[in-house]
Amino acid sequence: MHIVVCIKQVPDSAQIRVHPVTNTIMRQGVPTIINPYDLFALEEALKVRDLHGGEVTVLTMGPPMAEEALRKALTYGADRAILLTDRHFAGSDTLATSFALSQAISQIGNSFDTPDIVFTGKQTIDGDTAQVGPGIAKRLNLVQLTYVAKITSIDLSARAITVERRSEGGTHVLKSELPCLITMLEGTTVIRRGSLDDALRAARSEIVKWNAAEAGIEDITKCGLRGSPTVVKRVFAPTPREQKAVQIDTTEKRVHDIANELVASIFTHQPALQHELSSADSA
Amino acid sequence: TKRNLPDHFKKYRHVWVFIELERGQVHPVSFELLGEGRRLADQLGVQLAGVVLGPPGDSTRHAVAEAFAYDADLVYLVEKPLLTDYRNESFTKALTDLVNTYKPEILLLGATTLGRDLAGSVATTLLTGLTADCTGLDVDDDGSLAATRPTFGGSLLCTIYTLNCRPQMATVRPRVMRMPQRSNKRIGRVIRHDLRMLEDEIVTKVVGFLSDGQSENANLAYADVVVAGGLGLGAADNLQLLKNLAQTIGGDYGCSRPLVQKGWMAADRQIGQTGKTIRPKLYIAAGISGAIQHRVGVEGADLIVAINTDPNAPIFDFANIGVVADAVSFLPALTEVFIRRLAPGNHIRLVN
Ligand SMILES: Cc1cc2nc3c(=O)[nH]c(=O)nc-3n(C[C@H](O)[C@H](O)[C@H](O)COP(=O)(O)OP(=O)(O)OC[C@H]3O[C@@H](n4cnc5c(N)ncnc54)[C@H](O)[C@@H]3O)c2cc1C
Ligand SMILES: Cc1cc2nc3c(=O)[nH]c(=O)nc-3n(C[C@H](O)[C@H](O)[C@H](O)COP(=O)(O)OP(=O)(O)OC[C@H]3O[C@@H](n4cnc5c(N)ncnc54)[C@H](O)[C@@H]3O)c2cc1C
Repeated sequence: MHIVVCIKQVPDSAQIRVHPVTNTIMRQGVPTIINPYDLFALEEALKVRDLHGGEVTVLTMGPPMAEEALRKALTYGADRAILLTDRHFAGSDTLATSFALSQAISQIGNSFDTPDIVFTGKQTIDGDTAQVGPGIAKRLNLVQLTYVAKITSIDLSARAITVERRSEGGTHVLKSELPCLITMLEGTTVIRRGSLDDALRAARSEIVKWNAAEAGIEDITKCGLRGSPTVVKRVFAPTPREQKAVQIDTTEKRVHDIANELVASIFTHQPALQHELSSADSA
Repeated sequence: TKRNLPDHFKKYRHVWVFIELERGQVHPVSFELLGEGRRLADQLGVQLAGVVLGPPGDSTRHAVAEAFAYDADLVYLVEKPLLTDYRNESFTKALTDLVNTYKPEILLLGATTLGRDLAGSVATTLLTGLTADCTGLDVDDDGSLAATRPTFGGSLLCTIYTLNCRPQMATVRPRVMRMPQRSNKRIGRVIRHDLRMLEDEIVTKVVGFLSDGQSENANLAYADVVVAGGLGLGAADNLQLLKNLAQTIGGDYGCSRPLVQKGWMAADRQIGQTGKTIRPKLYIAAGISGAIQHRVGVEGADLIVAINTDPNAPIFDFANIGVVADAVSFLPALTEVFIRRLAPGNHIRLVN
C-alpha cells in the first residue's frame, strides 16, 4: 500500500502580528510549523500503513525552507519526503496549487508506486480555504472523501474503504473505493511521538527535491500567479468599533445587585428580549 | 477585472445561488445567500437564480418554492433519484453541466461541509477561481465581483477578484450574512435540466447517517441567545454554570477554542474563525479574552455582554455591555436574577 500525505508549512499564526501603522503582516521571526490539521492526516496515514503495510510519502510545495517541515514529518515515521520547489510556483492560488501537487503525485506514482490513498488536512491555518484537497482529487480523478472523522475499514483486496464523514448535524457513513483522496478532520486521533530510530533516520534522510520540470509539469502557465484565476487585490484592517462597552459599575456592590443591573441594562438595550426570553423559558 | 475578460466569457451573466438541500431540509445559509445574491443581481442589473438539485418529491418542490419566496427570479432544477443523498460525483456533474449550459457570472455556495466539498470540485472542473469563506461581497465599478475574506486569523481582511475566468465563485459561511425577509412570492420560471448519469457510475455510496441527536443537535449558529465560556471559567465543572444560564434564558451554549482543545466541550460548540459564526440577539461571553479569532465569529450579534475579571481584556473593545467580575460567582447570580425577572412563578421549581 502506498500513501501520499500533503503537508504545508505555515507561519505559526498564534505569533503573527500586524504592523500597527502599515497594516502589513510582520512575518519576521515568526516560527513556521507543519499546518496543525495536516498532522492528523499524517497520523492517520501512518496508522493505515502500520496496519496494512506499505509506505508513506510526504509531499509539500513551498520554498526551500519547507524542507524543515518534511524532515519533521520523517521524525514522525514517514518513509519518504518530496519537496516541490520552483520559483514558478510563487503566488499560486488553490487552483494552481492543486495543479502542481496533482502533477507531483502522478510523478510520485511513476517514480515509486501508484498511491492508494492521498491524504490532506481539512484546511490550513493561513490560506484557510479547504479547497486544495478537492482540487487534487478532481484533477487526479480520485474519489473524494472530505471531513473524514474516522476510517472504519479498508479491504485492500476488494479495494474497498468505509469512512465516517462529518456533515451538518451528524455523520455520514460512506462506502467507497481505492484509490481515493481523504481530507482528515482535526482532533480525530492522538498524534504519536516519533521513535528515536525515526529521528535518527530523519536527520540522515535525503529529501527528494523536484522543480516543475522534474515533477512532470510541462505547462508552467498553469502554475504560480499566471495559473491563478484569483488575485488578492487589497489587504486592509477591519474597521474598529467606535464605542467601547458600557461598563456596569461593580464597586462595592453585592454580586446580586450587579446581576440585577446587568439584566436591567440588557433589557434597556434590547427591550424586545424581555418578552422573548421569558417565553422561551416557559415553553 | 472585467475589462480584460476574454470575449467568450462575456456571455456569462446572472447571479446564481446553490440551494443546499440535505435530508429534506434547505440549509438556511441558502436564504442568506439569496439575500446577498439579490443585492448583487440588482447592482449588476441581471437576474437572480436558485439552483436546486434533489430527488423527485415534496422536499425538492418545497426547496424550489422557498427559493422564490426568498426572491429568486428563476430556478434551475435537476430532479433525479440519484440526487437523494449528497454525493460529490453526482452533484458536481449536475452543477457543472448547468453552469456550462446556462453560464452564470457569479455562483455562490454556503461554506458548509457540503458546500465546500462541492465548490472545490466544481471550480476545479470549470478551471475557475473560488474565494473561500467570504464575509463581504460586492460589485465593482466595472461589474467584477469583489469578495472580501478575513486573513491571518481575522486580523486583516483581503479583497479577492477572479480574473479572466467565469463564473466567479465564492463560499460564505452560515450566519455571516443577514437573513432576508421571506415573502409569499409565487413560483416563477423553473428551468429543468437533465443529468446523464447512472447510479453505477457513482463510486461512493451513503450507507448510513448518525444524527447528532435531537438534544445535542441544538443548532448553535442559529440560536437567538448564546452563552459561551472561555479559559477564565477555570475548570470543566464550571461549565455547568453556563449551561444553567443558557437553559434559563432559552439559549444555547458554546466556548472559545482552548476549551475544545482541553476536551471540555465538543468541537462543534467552538465559536470563532475556526469554529462557528453566530448571530444571536444576545451573546454572553464569560471568561473569554476576545482574541480576534473569537471576535470574528460573534461580531454579528445584536448585543454582546462580556464578563471578565480583567478590565483591559480586548473583549471590552467590542462588547456592548461589560461586567468586570469573577464569572464563576457571577454566573449563578445572573441566572437567579433572570429566573426572577422572567418567570416569577417558577422561582422555586428552577432553583435547585
Ligand atoms: C490572505 C490569503 C487569502 C487567500 N484566499 C484564497 C482564496 O479565497 N481562494 C484561492 O483559491 N486561494 C486563496 N489564497 C491562496 C491559497 O492560500 C494558496 O493557494 C495556498 O497555497 C493553498 O491554499 P490553502 O492554504 O487555503 O490550503 P487548503 O486548501 O486550506 O489546504 C488543504 C490541505 O491541502 C494541503 N496543502 C495545501 N497547500 C499545500 C502545499 N503547498 N503543499 C502541500 N500540501 C498542501 C494540506 O494537506 C492542507 O491541509 C489565499 C492566500 C492568502 C495569503
Ligand atoms: C489559527 C487560529 C485559529 C483560532 N480559532 C479560534 C476560534 O475559532 N475560536 C476561538 O475562540 N479561538 C480561536 N483561536 C484562539 C484564540 O487566538 C485565543 O487563544 C482564544 O480565543 C483564547 O481563548 P480564551 O479567551 O478562552 O482564553 P484566554 O485568552 O486565556 O482568556 C481568558 C480570559 O478569562 C479572563 N478570566 C480569568 N479568570 C476569570 C474569572 N474568574 N472570571 C472571568 N474572567 C476571567 C482573563 O482575564 C482572560 O481575559 C485561534 C487561534 C489560531 C492561532
